[in-house]
Amino acid sequence: MAEAAAGKKVIVKVKRQATPKEAAHWEEFALNWRPSMNVIICLRDIAENPVTSDGKPTTPITYDSNCLEEICGSCAMLINGRARMACSALVDSLEQPIRIEPLTKFPVVRDLSVDRQFMFESLKRVKAWIPIDGTYDLGEGPRMSPEVQEKGYPLSNCITCGNCLEVCPQVNDHNGFMGAAIFSQVRLFNMHPTGKMHAAERLKAAMGHGGIEDCANAQNCVKACPKGIPLTESLAEVNREAWRQALFGWLVG
Amino acid sequence: MKQPKIIVVGGGLAGLMATIRVAESGVPVELFSIVPVKRSHSVCAQGGINAAKNQKGEGDSIAKHFDDTIFGGDFLANQTLVGRMCEAAPGIIDLLDRMGVMFNRTPEGLLDYRRFGGTLYHRTAFAGATTGQQLLYALDEQVRRHESEGRVKKYEGWTFLSAVIDDGGVCRGICSMNLHSMEVQTFVADAVIFCTGGIGAIFGRSTNSVVCTGSAQSALFQQGVDYANGEFIQVHPTAIPGEDKLRLMSESARGEGGRVWVPKTPGDKRAARSIPEAERFYFLEEWYPKYGNLVPRDIATRAIHRIVYEEKLGIDGQAAVYLDVTHIPVETLNHKLEGILEIYEKFIGVDPRKEPMKVFPAMHYTMGGMWVNAEDQGTNIPGIYAAGECEYQYHGANRLGANSLVSCIFGGGIAGPAAVKYAKSLTTGAAAAPSMVFERERQRQEEMNQALLSGTGGENPITIWKELGEIMTEHVTVTRINKNLELAYGKIGELTQRYKKINLSDRTKWSNQTLNFARELGNMLVLARVVTMGAYQRNESRGAHYKPEFPERDDYNFLKTTRAKWLNGDIQLTYETVDTSHIAPRARRYDAAK
Repeated sequence: MAEAAAGKKVIVKVKRQATPKEAAHWEEFALNWRPSMNVIICLRDIAENPVTSDGKPTTPITYDSNCLEEICGSCAMLINGRARMACSALVDSLEQPIRIEPLTKFPVVRDLSVDRQFMFESLKRVKAWIPIDGTYDLGEGPRMSPEVQEKGYPLSNCITCGNCLEVCPQVNDHNGFMGAAIFSQVRLFNMHPTGKMHAAERLKAAMGHGGIEDCANAQNCVKACPKGIPLTESLAEVNREAWRQALFGWLVG
Repeated sequence: MKQPKIIVVGGGLAGLMATIRVAESGVPVELFSIVPVKRSHSVCAQGGINAAKNQKGEGDSIAKHFDDTIFGGDFLANQTLVGRMCEAAPGIIDLLDRMGVMFNRTPEGLLDYRRFGGTLYHRTAFAGATTGQQLLYALDEQVRRHESEGRVKKYEGWTFLSAVIDDGGVCRGICSMNLHSMEVQTFVADAVIFCTGGIGAIFGRSTNSVVCTGSAQSALFQQGVDYANGEFIQVHPTAIPGEDKLRLMSESARGEGGRVWVPKTPGDKRAARSIPEAERFYFLEEWYPKYGNLVPRDIATRAIHRIVYEEKLGIDGQAAVYLDVTHIPVETLNHKLEGILEIYEKFIGVDPRKEPMKVFPAMHYTMGGMWVNAEDQGTNIPGIYAAGECEYQYHGANRLGANSLVSCIFGGGIAGPAAVKYAKSLTTGAAAAPSMVFERERQRQEEMNQALLSGTGGENPITIWKELGEIMTEHVTVTRINKNLELAYGKIGELTQRYKKINLSDRTKWSNQTLNFARELGNMLVLARVVTMGAYQRNESRGAHYKPEFPERDDYNFLKTTRAKWLNGDIQLTYETVDTSHIAPRARRYDAAK
């Protein structure tokens, strides 16, 4: 293994930005290839030996990561132009030089680290929770058919990585569009037997500035989702329900 | 006193549960976390959560859950609170169900239960194979609701540096660092609840997440919070080796019928599927006919080590065995195990529905942790509470699968109200503590940062960390030999000296992850000593702690909690009696009915 790997290099280009205000620039690194390398391993190699491919000392790269198995949602970045998780981006499947950039739809903190607080604020806005009375013992939860569970479970796999916002042409500085992940959560809570009781409130929050009506049906989101969530289905359903409520809500009070 | 204030450090399951309970009581709570809490390590828990609901009519009961847990932990856990946890477990499942967790269902619309290791009953509720993620999200959503209604204030992107302790030895708040501005700040609190998880990073590579460094509990240990049973480290039998991480392959794969085997012929080069049944060695089923593939993790891990290192039967001579689910119908696999099968497929590039997975044991869970009392999760320092994996209370010498999620939620659920009760009982609250107490702690932490930032030696923190991980994994995991433990302890000492000569490649003051990692590494080195010393002094074999020189459990000398104290840079171990008032210790065997 070591013999076969000897000399083989991985060329990585990283877009660097020291602070939110400073201009970005690129740095290139030549790393020693090993089997099963992913982009996280590349970034760790650079941290251990922060020297560019032309021999210039630099700083380790700041980036977000935690679980390294694509379930915490931290390490989303642009890798060869595609929004994806760095932990599951295997070097051998990537064209070199590997270009690594921060997501562009969120404020850069430093280097590849971005601030995705917008998504968590949006989850507040649409009340993405079941309003339980309290944590004291109130007996069992509502029964749920396996069919509802099978629909709901994939939606509840959303890791809030932000890739669906990154690829969406409607997510920009002008309209405040909340993004597919958020509407998919509205759908999830509105299908739950208890969550349903408050569906109207969530649908109302899903309308208005940055709301569901801003979706232009580009359908990029569903392709970018690392968890395979049926985001376009969610958008269509929430859109339908929101309009039904807007048009006929007065009929049912 | 006026309205008290509580701080919770750590936003995994235990921390979120504690936060919710404090918020419910109407007391303001501030929640500190390195990562946005929704990205906490609890998301990595896969298989499920235990509660003796007896939903399959097998005659399961709370008493059996209690007995399985104590027996599985080789009688080292203090029993009273474990019993209460088992009693509370069915109610915890109900609560999570009410919060909207998408648990798998039966045709009747009830929760489905699967089997897990160390029990003969279907006791584990699950949401696919991403149960931890689903539970964490449910609690995260409840905390977000409290946050939006003003009862919770989150400090995400802050790392804990130290507790603020006054001259009377009472905790008055915390000192924390903002991971963007690198600003060091103190925060007043009448009580602080720590829920800071496991210590996987001390072993270099493990199934744990990046944030699981044990840095917070080590910092507290160095401020006087005792650390108990540090030597008890769970090595999970089935993980996928990787250079950056050892990715867990849940016990639920075996709970759903997965089988562990190796070819009977050493060095057999044939593809797994072309090896006929008769030429496969299902060693767990053969050695442990009653529990088979579902023996507890310490037993399965040692069996795999024996197969690989003694019998030399690892796949193609390598350190690997097969975990085989290919005989299970694809619909069942997709319905119940999809999350983990996807991990294998994505990271290895092989479909485990068609090919047996290659797995090997990996450091997984920290049974030991901060010492807490047997009533309310309080540590030995007034005002400091601990819950979840960072404390030592519930799992004894070995944790049973699917008991961690329940212990996190139960412990967090106790710690919240206990901290509130304590805070309300104070005659003078933390707000009245002299400002000097806060300022001197802030200065002490600033000075530690400055020392690291100005270091000019030749040492790199990542190199030291990698070496630490290699030493710990080689000598302080599955098989422990005293002369190797001595050697390891000496090497940790050398690394500690080298740590003093660290030269940071990043000296900037904005989002400097190198500085933060160097801080964590200093704390890891201390905790590594606690773990190694505990292992060295415990001359017996019990649960996950296995010494071939002392192969038997020795209740006379070691049916005791190890309690480590920090005395001006030295670690002193003392031993405490274990509460065995409910279930009398008996031999722990899984090759026959217990």
